[in-house]
Amino acid sequence: MSSAEQWTHPEPREGPAATAAAPTAEQVIAGLRATSEGGPELVQLLTPEGERVENPEFDRYVADVTAEDLRSLYRDMVLVRRADREGNALQRQGQLGIWVPLLGQEAAQIGAGRALRATDMVFPSYREHGVAWCRDISPKDVLGIFRGTDHGSWDSQAKRFHPYTIVIGNQVLNAAGYAMGQRFEGRVGDDDGEATMVFFGDGATSQGDVHEGFVWAAVYDAPLVFFCQNNQWAISEPTERQSRLPLYQRARGYGFPGVRVDGNDVLASLAVSRWALDECRHGNGPVLIEAFTYRMDAHTTTDDPTRYRHSDELEAWKLKDPIERVRVNLVRHGDADQDFFDSVQAEADALAADLREFCFTMPQPPTEQIFNHVYAEASPYLDAQRDEFLAYHANFTGGEH
Amino acid sequence: MAAPVINKPGAATSTVQSLTLGKALNLGLRAAMEADPKVLVMGEDVGKLGGVFRITDGLQKDFGEHRVLDTPLAESGIIGTAVGLAVRGFRPVCEIQFDGFIFPGFDQIVSQVAKLHARTLGRVKVPLVIRVPFGGGIGAVEHHSESPESYFAHTAGLKVVSCSNAVDAYWMIQQAIQCDDPVLFFEPKRYYHSGFMKAEVDTEATPEPLFASRVVRQGSTATLVAYGPSVKVAVDAATAAEEDGHSLEVIDLRSLSPLDLAPVFESVRRTGRLVVVSEAPAEASLTSEIAARVQQECFYSLEAPVLRVTGFDTPYPPAKLEEEFLPDLDRVLDAVDRSLAW
Repeated sequence: MSSAEQWTHPEPREGPAATAAAPTAEQVIAGLRATSEGGPELVQLLTPEGERVENPEFDRYVADVTAEDLRSLYRDMVLVRRADREGNALQRQGQLGIWVPLLGQEAAQIGAGRALRATDMVFPSYREHGVAWCRDISPKDVLGIFRGTDHGSWDSQAKRFHPYTIVIGNQVLNAAGYAMGQRFEGRVGDDDGEATMVFFGDGATSQGDVHEGFVWAAVYDAPLVFFCQNNQWAISEPTERQSRLPLYQRARGYGFPGVRVDGNDVLASLAVSRWALDECRHGNGPVLIEAFTYRMDAHTTTDDPTRYRHSDELEAWKLKDPIERVRVNLVRHGDADQDFFDSVQAEADALAADLREFCFTMPQPPTEQIFNHVYAEASPYLDAQRDEFLAYHANFTGGEH
Repeated sequence: MAAPVINKPGAATSTVQSLTLGKALNLGLRAAMEADPKVLVMGEDVGKLGGVFRITDGLQKDFGEHRVLDTPLAESGIIGTAVGLAVRGFRPVCEIQFDGFIFPGFDQIVSQVAKLHARTLGRVKVPLVIRVPFGGGIGAVEHHSESPESYFAHTAGLKVVSCSNAVDAYWMIQQAIQCDDPVLFFEPKRYYHSGFMKAEVDTEATPEPLFASRVVRQGSTATLVAYGPSVKVAVDAATAAEEDGHSLEVIDLRSLSPLDLAPVFESVRRTGRLVVVSEAPAEASLTSEIAARVQQECFYSLEAPVLRVTGFDTPYPPAKLEEEFLPDLDRVLDAVDRSLAW
């Protein structure tokens, strides 16, 4: 029903709406043109072939990155990809209700995540498993969201990593407010300044909350880095459905700088994020980063990308894989041997096995969790509703419900 | 920061002042800002102008631009950034300019403000207050006279209150700001500056709890329940009914979520008759909720069905028709008569 061949025959058809809504050949070509090249403004330090290219503006932000650091970034990416693939598999096996894959976006997230300091604050969307990893949050703490046991079990204040936000764009305003608070408290203005980074996607850039977040952060000079992962697809809609011009260029209209970085280049993502955070620490925020990347898997496990995008596009992006270019670079410079790659792979497999084991043994949440924590202060009415239901529930103990 | 202009213990002046509802809110906000440096006031025109109703008059002058924020003109932005400020440890008080303009912020209120505490299993509190001038009777254009409180009472995680007089205005705004839960604070804008609503406010008194209803007039024939601007209508109706020999009890709900209905149940068990008054449309509303709970708790005491006097299930009408739309003394008395004749 949804083969790529259909798209090359855009005659009007009868049939189900989903099929009839398949893109025309012109749309497919426009999409390919828009998504295959990041354009001349793209900041890239590692080519897809693993070659380090000079960039006079951003080289200095990664001048201190050693071979060991690069191996560490490689390890991060391999581990989060492995955990992501395990999450996907667990959903396919019925252990998770849904999974949101990050496949292909490892470099964007690890680069940004490793640029952050412990004192910085992060507001994620719901695909930021890689950034969570950088905040010392185990993939286990993310799993409950998708198994349906909780809405995220990490301590968002201690980790300075806000809960995942599922309503598209809401977190951008929340982050703007938080960053305003950092400024009001005088935590901005020197090397030790604080900053906030907020993550959202290309689809979110159409939301009013994101535009309002741009306005608020700008007029209050908030130390906020807007980190937009443009993965080219908002479920089935290409970026051309969200914008006429490259997303990073929107920043100019709001009065702050915007940069497009190769989101599949972990070194470039690290450099540009460090630069942006540095600007914010010193009171020169906000800053918009557009990480030009690609969602290699579906939007979620409920999605079927074969209905709306051409397999050629996926194949083209495979050549720009974020992990492979680092591996090639390490090998080419003799900075890592096979033992290193094998040990990282073994570590990744162990992480996945541990995650799987954890998933199987996650307890059913207690019934009273429905009622607890709705309010910070006492709520006699809700307490009574809870007690009534628990008493009703207790009638069935040991029997059929 | 300039010296605050409220009475202190030991000061030569009395701690009792005759205040309009609007001025009482202003002094209550001022007291809250003095008590806690984390309290911020934010909204459209709340700074230099003092708000379109002047409720925040003078606050920016005395507390500065970082504590009284003239925000960009977007309600989702006001609420959404207030959430972030609350997460950071501030206690923002947002002003929504008019009831009908709260809806651009509805998503943030329902999706983030209301749910963040539960989502984090209690790890993150959202102690913010959203002030909403509400209700009709001011001869305004569309979107300036609405009563949207039921939307928020329907949403778990929010608390909703409404003051009906100057004394409550002074205390309830301070208590709402101290509350660790998000509070929607509905203010009867029609009475902000009404001289006849002036009351003696003792700034050293011990206030009643925030989430409690209050019997404002005792009676035995029937019970009237109201809140916000409708309390005055109910009290006026009770005064008029007295001439006909009917003794009506009037209860001011004050808190709309949670509802404190114990005094209502107690009253209805004595009177057997209940009329609920509200400017909001009746369908699927707070008045429906009250009727449902009263029939559940007072089934054998009721001598007549619970009756409601409300705005109609229509969009708020043009101003020349609003006095027909709004509950008034005659419609309340008519409902009382119907209840008594049942």
